[in-house]
Amino acid sequence: MTLTEPLTSAPAPEARKGYWAGVAGRLARDPVSMLCLAVVAALILAAIFAPWLGLADPYKGSMIARLKPIGTPGHILGTDEQGRDMLARLIHGGRLTLFIGLMPVVFAFFIGSILGVVAGYVGGRLNTLIMRVVDVFFAFPSVLLAIAISGALGAGIVNSLVSLTIVFVPPITRVAEAVTSGVRSLDYIDAARATGASALTVIRVHVIGNVLSPIFVYATSLTSVCMILAAGLSFLGIGVRPPEPEWGLMLNTLRSAIYVDPWLSALPGVMIFVTSLCLNLLSDGVRSAMNVRD
Amino acid sequence: MSATELYDRLPDRGGPAQPLLTVRGLKKYFPIRGGILGRTRAMVQAVDGVSFEVRKGETLGIVGESGCGKSTTARLAVGLIDRDEGDIIFDGDALGDTLSLRELRRGIQMVFQDSYASLNPRLTIEESVAFGARVQGLSDPMGRAHGLLARVGLDPARFAQRYPHELSGGQRQRVNIARALAMSPRLVVLDEAVSALDKSVEAQVLNLLSDLRAEFGLTYIFISHDLNVVRYISDRVLVMYLGEVVEVAPVAAIWARQAHPYTRSLFSAMPSMDPDNRTEEPPLTGDPPNPIDPPEGCRFHTRCPFAATLCGRKAPQLRKIGADGHLAACHLHDPTSGHPKAGKIA
Repeated sequence: MTLTEPLTSAPAPEARKGYWAGVAGRLARDPVSMLCLAVVAALILAAIFAPWLGLADPYKGSMIARLKPIGTPGHILGTDEQGRDMLARLIHGGRLTLFIGLMPVVFAFFIGSILGVVAGYVGGRLNTLIMRVVDVFFAFPSVLLAIAISGALGAGIVNSLVSLTIVFVPPITRVAEAVTSGVRSLDYIDAARATGASALTVIRVHVIGNVLSPIFVYATSLTSVCMILAAGLSFLGIGVRPPEPEWGLMLNTLRSAIYVDPWLSALPGVMIFVTSLCLNLLSDGVRSAMNVRD
Repeated sequence: MSATELYDRLPDRGGPAQPLLTVRGLKKYFPIRGGILGRTRAMVQAVDGVSFEVRKGETLGIVGESGCGKSTTARLAVGLIDRDEGDIIFDGDALGDTLSLRELRRGIQMVFQDSYASLNPRLTIEESVAFGARVQGLSDPMGRAHGLLARVGLDPARFAQRYPHELSGGQRQRVNIARALAMSPRLVVLDEAVSALDKSVEAQVLNLLSDLRAEFGLTYIFISHDLNVVRYISDRVLVMYLGEVVEVAPVAAIWARQAHPYTRSLFSAMPSMDPDNRTEEPPLTGDPPNPIDPPEGCRFHTRCPFAATLCGRKAPQLRKIGADGHLAACHLHDPTSGHPKAGKIA
């Protein structure tokens, strides 16, 4: 065999498509993931288009129509303790709940990835500095930390976003650091450094692409936790303020009605449960779809 | 693209007599940290006072058992890890003095053992090969990459767009060679570059390396544990033991006579091709001593069949023992050393 002759046969057709096409293909073949994706997509779309769905006004109550049970004509899912339509409030509530459930993870994903990648790539004293500061946050349980920060900042949507972002930066930083130091020790990073490229170029071209997907998958698994925490903050009265519809806050205000109509007061909890379960199963699905390589 | 366009090499500076790379008294100790405060508990003496020269156009083979500091020496020479002490002089320019690390990297490139780990799985091979040329601002990085891929035997039309996991080990190692050459280096360090390949592929890659050396006027440092491969490709051989150089000699000279007792046992560990002449007993017993706390004096004296009291006290220096540039660090070959058998063993 001469050297100019190509040495092996053509690659398998699937390998040609590229990495993300393969991930999407494997995800599409997983029925559980697809079901969860459909539920999450439906919730997000309903939340986005809530004002145009022809629902009742989620803020308008009625003293005579309080705590109507599920199935009441005109109020399919009943009414809450102030006579406001539950269906409208649940769908409108999805806007706030999903927003303060997802945005902190998005912010924390960027901040934590930057900190973790820098710590993992540079190593040494900078790594020690960043990781020890991060460890301080790990000393507190995440719920306690969120409550403490929110309590200190006061109630409100922005403050909830800030406190939840602070809660999720440390775990993402830690994962990013671990993944990056793993990649850092591989020969292709040494080969890239041996070209005389700057640290920033090496990180941009060779590190980011190889660490982002595991960090991303980990971050998606945090969204359900974040949603529950956000709902918890509202439930405790240090998150969203009434009369905004928000699932955690609704759970709180309907709490007193639990003896009158337990099904009705459980509805916001069901929404939280379904959403976080679907997000969790979906992130598991994405994780396994991404694991199958080569 | 012709070979000259493909390869815009840094100009020769010191003339043919000046060594391309001179390493003097190179030291690297890795700290072992422990405890709450991360204090340094001990030092691994990975490379301890290594000196050698690589002449222009030659291939210097470096051999030794695992953990003897071969790879650390290579990484130090390429500037991938910082040295604690010692000089690295590239064609007359000392690193840190008249030569910057960036300039050194333009002159020396490296090919690693693990062909898969040394390619970014998310980049197509053309991007991997073109990266270095792009970083160094060389003209037409992509054209250069395609030209070099063709030169190492991978048709760019079929292979350039592929990802590393779509290639075989031999093909990936060809990509790594093309990637190193894309920087137009004068010296290429091959760190166990063919060790992980099948024998037949290994032979093809070795032939390719020989051809490239002639075509581009390259100089190689070839690190391997396979003595037969080293004999095939090298002009001179350097033997390392526990972070130190114990013997340096031209290939023919060292195959004719292994001066250092360690070299002798290393060579006798080579399996014989003749079934009637099998190696029945292990040439050396025991493991190499711990590099955290290496033996006093000659580091080999704990395993050496010729060790005398002197060897445990005084470390032998590398000295000339033959007319052909044969060097060895052993009291046996220094008649003035005071070793009882000095000069009596061939």
